[in-house]
Amino acid sequence: MTNHWIDFRNSDCILIMGSNPAENHPVSFRWVMKAKDKGATVIHVDPRITRTSTKADIYTPLRSGTDIAFLGGMIKYIFENKKYFNDYVVNYTNASYIVGDKYGFKDGLFSGYDKEKRAYDASTWAFAMDENGLPKKDPTLQDARCVLQLMKQHYDRYDLETVSKITGTSKEDLLKVYEAYTATGTQDKAGTILYAMGWTQHTVGVQNIRTMSMIQLLLGNMGIAGGGVNALRGESNVQGSTDHGLLFHIWPGYLPTPTASLQTLAEYNKKFTPVSKDPMSANWWQNRPKYVVSFLKSLFGDAAKAENEFGYAWMPKCEDGKSYSWLDLFDMMYRKEFTGFFSWGQNPACSGANSNKTRAAMANLDWMVVVNLFDNETASFWKGPGMNPKKVKTEVFFLPCSAFMEKEGSISNSGRWAQWRYKAQNSPGDALPDGDIMVEIFKEIRALYAKPDKKAAFPDPILNLKFDYVKDGKFDPHAVAKAINGTFTQDVTIQDKTYKKGDPVPAFAMLKDDGSTSCGNWIYCQSYNADGNNMARRDKSDETGLGLYPKWSWCWPVNRRIIYNRASCDPMGRPWDPKRPLLEFVGEVKDGKYATQKWKGDVPDGPWYPMKNPDGTNHEGGKYPFIMKADGMGAIFGPGMKDGPFPEHYEPMECPVEKNLLSSQFTNPVATLFGTEKDVLKTCDPGFPFVGTTYRVTEHWQTGVLTRWLPWLIEAEPQMFVEMSEQLAKLKGVKNGEMVIVESPRGFLEAVAIVTKRFQPLIVHGNEVHQVGLPWHYGWIWPKDGGDSANLLTPSVGDPNTRIPETKAFMVNVRKKGA
Amino acid sequence: MAGKSFFIDTTRCTACRGCQIACKNWNQNKASETKNTGNHQNPPDLDANTFKLVRFSEVETDGKVAWYFFADQCRHCLIPPCKDTVEAHIADAVIQDEATGAVVYKEETKKVAAQFEDIRSSCPYDIPRKAVDGRLVKCTMCIDRVSNGLQPACVKICPTGAMNFGDREAMLELANERLGKLKEKYPKAQLIDANEVRVIYLVIDEPRKYHKSAIASAEQGLSRKVVLRRALKPAHGLLKGLMSS
Repeated sequence: MTNHWIDFRNSDCILIMGSNPAENHPVSFRWVMKAKDKGATVIHVDPRITRTSTKADIYTPLRSGTDIAFLGGMIKYIFENKKYFNDYVVNYTNASYIVGDKYGFKDGLFSGYDKEKRAYDASTWAFAMDENGLPKKDPTLQDARCVLQLMKQHYDRYDLETVSKITGTSKEDLLKVYEAYTATGTQDKAGTILYAMGWTQHTVGVQNIRTMSMIQLLLGNMGIAGGGVNALRGESNVQGSTDHGLLFHIWPGYLPTPTASLQTLAEYNKKFTPVSKDPMSANWWQNRPKYVVSFLKSLFGDAAKAENEFGYAWMPKCEDGKSYSWLDLFDMMYRKEFTGFFSWGQNPACSGANSNKTRAAMANLDWMVVVNLFDNETASFWKGPGMNPKKVKTEVFFLPCSAFMEKEGSISNSGRWAQWRYKAQNSPGDALPDGDIMVEIFKEIRALYAKPDKKAAFPDPILNLKFDYVKDGKFDPHAVAKAINGTFTQDVTIQDKTYKKGDPVPAFAMLKDDGSTSCGNWIYCQSYNADGNNMARRDKSDETGLGLYPKWSWCWPVNRRIIYNRASCDPMGRPWDPKRPLLEFVGEVKDGKYATQKWKGDVPDGPWYPMKNPDGTNHEGGKYPFIMKADGMGAIFGPGMKDGPFPEHYEPMECPVEKNLLSSQFTNPVATLFGTEKDVLKTCDPGFPFVGTTYRVTEHWQTGVLTRWLPWLIEAEPQMFVEMSEQLAKLKGVKNGEMVIVESPRGFLEAVAIVTKRFQPLIVHGNEVHQVGLPWHYGWIWPKDGGDSANLLTPSVGDPNTRIPETKAFMVNVRKKGA
Repeated sequence: MAGKSFFIDTTRCTACRGCQIACKNWNQNKASETKNTGNHQNPPDLDANTFKLVRFSEVETDGKVAWYFFADQCRHCLIPPCKDTVEAHIADAVIQDEATGAVVYKEETKKVAAQFEDIRSSCPYDIPRKAVDGRLVKCTMCIDRVSNGLQPACVKICPTGAMNFGDREAMLELANERLGKLKEKYPKAQLIDANEVRVIYLVIDEPRKYHKSAIASAEQGLSRKVVLRRALKPAHGLLKGLMSS
């Protein structure tokens, strides 16, 4: 989230699309209701009426998988009705940049497409540069090749008629939503978007979010209180695990994982350290080498030296062009490309798309270690439906682990607050905290590598790893937190202040690339420094009155509560909206120029002067607001997506229509596809005529491994169900509460039919289209008649950027059980 | 007439069921093995282990679909007909706490187990249930929590401000203020039986669209008047009596 849950209350218009916060983030609705109390408009766009819709001022349905068409129509509306915030767009975004001659878009394909490789050559999307190496601009936004004009042209096709035919949303409802939301395109209004898996789990997932980010930039809603782009994270610490490099493509702190072709640190730094020739661009990632070296120091300690490039050679590298995401790993497992697997705190047999493929893949392993609180469908896959235990060779080890209240440590919530929490009670039986399990495993691994053994290939990274996180034989979360914050590795003097070797680094601006600092994760530098464990702070003071609570826990980066906040001020550093001041420049003025540097409010995105002086001249120390972009500008065009510089509507890989009404490119031309016999897709197949989607309920969490065993929760939502409209139920002869079979080209399951008015058929391309929805919280282990996972139905196809599966739009059939 | 009251603002309820679960947690009430019957409402009705139940109701008016949530519980009537019905058989089994106005069933209600159906039907809101050991059970207003300065468990847990609890006058004021705001947009908005109960629901549509027993029926209203006429005995159950039972 760019903002925070509490910040919803500052909004004038809350668009909830691709999420269902009342059910999946129940406490968030406290803040949505507070916004409503102050007169905010709440809009919910979703295939069905949910508990969220019941509190919305405007609810409208859409066909699952058509969000870009819906939002593309909003962009067209913004241009036609001049709703964009001109000063913001001109000063803070790349709308004025001139796009190079090689860029083009024709009938659904962008320039640079290679049909064989199913990939784009993104260099054709580059900006035109001037003689100083800066992008050419037209601040009047009139040049036909400037981003704004190209965008206008791109979305000109997204007229109400066409959008309505694609989405199934009525033209009246589209207009109602467009009008209400775009009213926030003024400097005294704030609009926010709350999204979640309803946007990410599509083959156009990233571009769904991009479309809204562009709208937020056009309306001047980024960086302000009550605005932003807010991804509602579903698991308490999913933000923290992403921050700390859980995913294959990043190291902690969003540093890219090196590939095999980058054999030296020098090559790595050259590739990943952006350069800007614009003195007004902070280009913060120019500091990347400092964070990389400090990270390597935290891994290898004294063994990391300048002469060995701080142990860079010891770090694992990805093969160039190869992906190691969830879908890829299970595809490799299915094709027997690896033989051992740790399933730690997860239940892939139910949680991953295309469960039959996932479950079959597990039978190809030699061994699997499952770390969890309860038995689950993964640990016991070998005795699950359709499995013959005698034929499964996989040896499964189960390690019981502690629940969250049985261990100490930090969690980072959706709003980037790292909050320390304490142990409430001991774990039962042999269960250990995850950290202790890791300590035990690493002890064994290191002992094995320390022996002279030919099989122990490449022992250096294992033997050189700095691993001083054990106190009294136990994993010590404080030691880890301090290493993450970072320490000086030698005595240093910085601006008259001397730090001793071992002292904590105060904040990331002091990290160095010479080995004098160690830091496990640069964005967490300051979280546990000389002031103590800042994550454990519990001071409720709130000077701005906006709910920033700067002394409650700690927020990355450098306790900044709303990121991109320099954009909440005009180029002279004055709040766009004086009634909602998040930040204000209060430096002294001499002769019409700012003479001293001082901001008031939130921690600014960098301490520099505003772009302009009060007399309108550029301040020579001023910086643009979007400091993480090399050019300092909010990127309406471009930023490195694999499927185009502008989002474009493509149909889901399985859909109920025969063509894409916006171009002859039917589906995302670079979507992630797999080729095993389990990867079956059927589009417009009369055998699978209904759109299926998956979701969650308040009462269960993820695959239900934790919640299915809690009697009060399973009492409230006891069984797998499928929701469908009364019209569809009539068509299929299904009565409310009856058992039905739901089947897709990949699998089938039994579910209780909930026949409801909350699903209504939509008119799509002139035809009636039915949608059905299923939760994915259930599994065959418990309860006995609870049903199985909705992911038996979902396809293993993914977004080309994130490789997240398209589990929100696929095709199914429904029939009465026994019929 | 003073004492405590709940104000339940259904327009803020998201049916997260935090109240339903918190109630079970505080009272350590067991779960039953339920089935999905084509509805999210579960358990399907109040029962001996469910004193608080979020009811889900789908209604269609002029083609517009609404989904109403009604966090049902004992209303702690100012003049409770159940108390009167029980007392027709046995004295001192139902307490009406002086300080809060909470209507609380004691162990002794076991002795009227055979009259359970009569007692249940005397309640305008269909609240009392019978436990396996014959006791009559229902919401206690968390009188143990409240008399120790805490909020009832269901109120404490509510994230949206749907569940409110406090001095009766303050609750009535809050309820009327909220009603005033909603009346403009929802002409059917009303407080249900506010002058007769300590659990005041705010709804924006006809109460029976939320739940068939959301409002006292006219018929029961009449019998209520009968009850009123004959039931003006002094309240004799005090908190002390309850705690020692």
